[in-house]
Amino acid sequence: MPLLHIDNLHLAMRSYDGEAHVLNGVQLQVDKGEIWGLAGETGCGKSVTGLSVSRLVNTPPARYMQGRILFDGQDVVGESGSGKSTLTRCLLGLEPVDGGRILYRGADIAVHDAHGRRGHAARMQVVFQDPNASMNPRMTVHDIVAEGMVIHQRELGLDGPARTAQVLTLLGHVGLGRDHLHRYPHEMSGGQRQRVCIARALALKPECLILDEPTSALDVSVQAQVLNLLHEMQQAFGLTYVFVSHDLAVVRYLCDDVVVLRGGMVVEAGPTEQIFSTPQDGYTRALIAAMPELESCLR
Amino acid sequence: MMTTLPLDTAELAQGASRARRDAWRRAFYRMRQSSLSIVGLVLVLLLLLVAAAGNSMAPFPDHITGGIDTAMRFKPPSWSNWMGTNELGQDVFSLVLGGARISLFAGLAVVLLAAAVGTIVGAFAGYLGGWTDEVLMRLADLKLTLPGLILAMAVAAALGAGTLNMVIAISLGWWPGFARLVRGEVLSRREEVYVLAARALGAGPVRILWRHILPNIVSPVIVKMSLDVGFAVLTVASLGFVGIGVKPPTPEWGQMLSTARGFLPDYWWTAIFPGAAIFLAVLSFNLLGDGLRDVLDPKSRR
Repeated sequence: MPLLHIDNLHLAMRSYDGEAHVLNGVQLQVDKGEIWGLAGETGCGKSVTGLSVSRLVNTPPARYMQGRILFDGQDVVGESGSGKSTLTRCLLGLEPVDGGRILYRGADIAVHDAHGRRGHAARMQVVFQDPNASMNPRMTVHDIVAEGMVIHQRELGLDGPARTAQVLTLLGHVGLGRDHLHRYPHEMSGGQRQRVCIARALALKPECLILDEPTSALDVSVQAQVLNLLHEMQQAFGLTYVFVSHDLAVVRYLCDDVVVLRGGMVVEAGPTEQIFSTPQDGYTRALIAAMPELESCLR
Repeated sequence: MMTTLPLDTAELAQGASRARRDAWRRAFYRMRQSSLSIVGLVLVLLLLLVAAAGNSMAPFPDHITGGIDTAMRFKPPSWSNWMGTNELGQDVFSLVLGGARISLFAGLAVVLLAAAVGTIVGAFAGYLGGWTDEVLMRLADLKLTLPGLILAMAVAAALGAGTLNMVIAISLGWWPGFARLVRGEVLSRREEVYVLAARALGAGPVRILWRHILPNIVSPVIVKMSLDVGFAVLTVASLGFVGIGVKPPTPEWGQMLSTARGFLPDYWWTAIFPGAAIFLAVLSFNLLGDGLRDVLDPKSRR
């Protein structure tokens, strides 16, 4: 059974000039320990798909029309749905959806129930595109990384010093140290910030990370470092990744399998090497042809 | 337990306090860039000192508590009575010093109360949206349709005289301003990615408002508060002027002005000095507010 199963997901967004259909039947099956890439051009629905899994899409303006997201065999979004960025939001699952259910280990936990949401949060975390915007400018690195442990205090039972020790361990994993503990986000470089965001996402020991273009706001040299770090973390903790990116070079480097989205629909899906060597669809071929030649040097 | 941890708590606390100290140092540096805001800050501190210790600084402290001296009626300013004396022979300088306490503390209390209520209402209206937003903001609109001073006069008259009643009466018309300001700020902040990240961690609305949104919108609230204190002092004085508010013999600037009106222009000093005190209080809080805006709100910085 796949860890994450997105089944025929449809999502519409309400705007001033009517409803835009962002996702039109997205299909995806992610096995535990896999890295799946969601590729496609801007606006194809990559992020919406990712965030849908996390239930982070606001409804309204979004409306799930049909489809389901199953996490560990359990419903995350039922009778509901999600494109690239939008799908990412759905994956994190924080919004109540009409007729939606989260089933975890056979127990039905209502999606809009605070307890269920918190439980889902511990199993699935997200790293956003812009590390600068995704950290509260008024909080120190310590407070940012420790926040999840404070929210889940009851389940984890860690006191202040134990949390701080855990924060230091996490910072160690991502290549930061005690020097960074009391810095504010603006006192760090872009790469360091994204490392803090990764540490924050790992703090609750999740099974699955949604990576919403985690490197596209970074310098090219730093991108490689962060990608390597993500790969290391995946190996070390047996994580499952849903990796949203428009950068095919990055997708090819990191992902085991790829889904190519266009207009909220799956154009092509399969193992990364197969997609890149023998693309079946004209749109996929066009995307691959548009890759800069430098890509071969990166590998 | 403590010894097994790979960290030194003293060192950690030191790091945290260093970060805070740096933030304060930067704020003061920016404040010094504008000399008018320093003037405002010094004047405000001076006024607060007078409000706190005015009674013991006054040359005739018994006049503040209602003592009169009929032999000294309407004496012009002199070395012994710097601002002259009034119709009861009371030293105007002592009364102005004594009046600072009521005027400033009532002004501060009004703004604190209004800011607290307005922030809570605006925060929940902005974050929760939907019908919560509709109900709370229509309530605020209702207040905005009534002129603040009229509302305050009606409520103060209904509740009866007294400083506390006056503060409640004025605050009742004051919180919608803060509620609208905070609601607007919350609406823009709640779409921030770090709020999304906190929700992904499982944070609830109270935690998101308290830890993530409010700390990032205190600047405009503080600026509005310091600007509003001046107007609140003026409103307190206006209520005193029309005879609602503080009960005599407690001196209050507006009330002094109102009484002195009958003795113009012959005994001008009985009106000029309380009026100047009101003017000074309003001016200093406005200067401070403008300065704080420059420090706290980078967008309006020149």
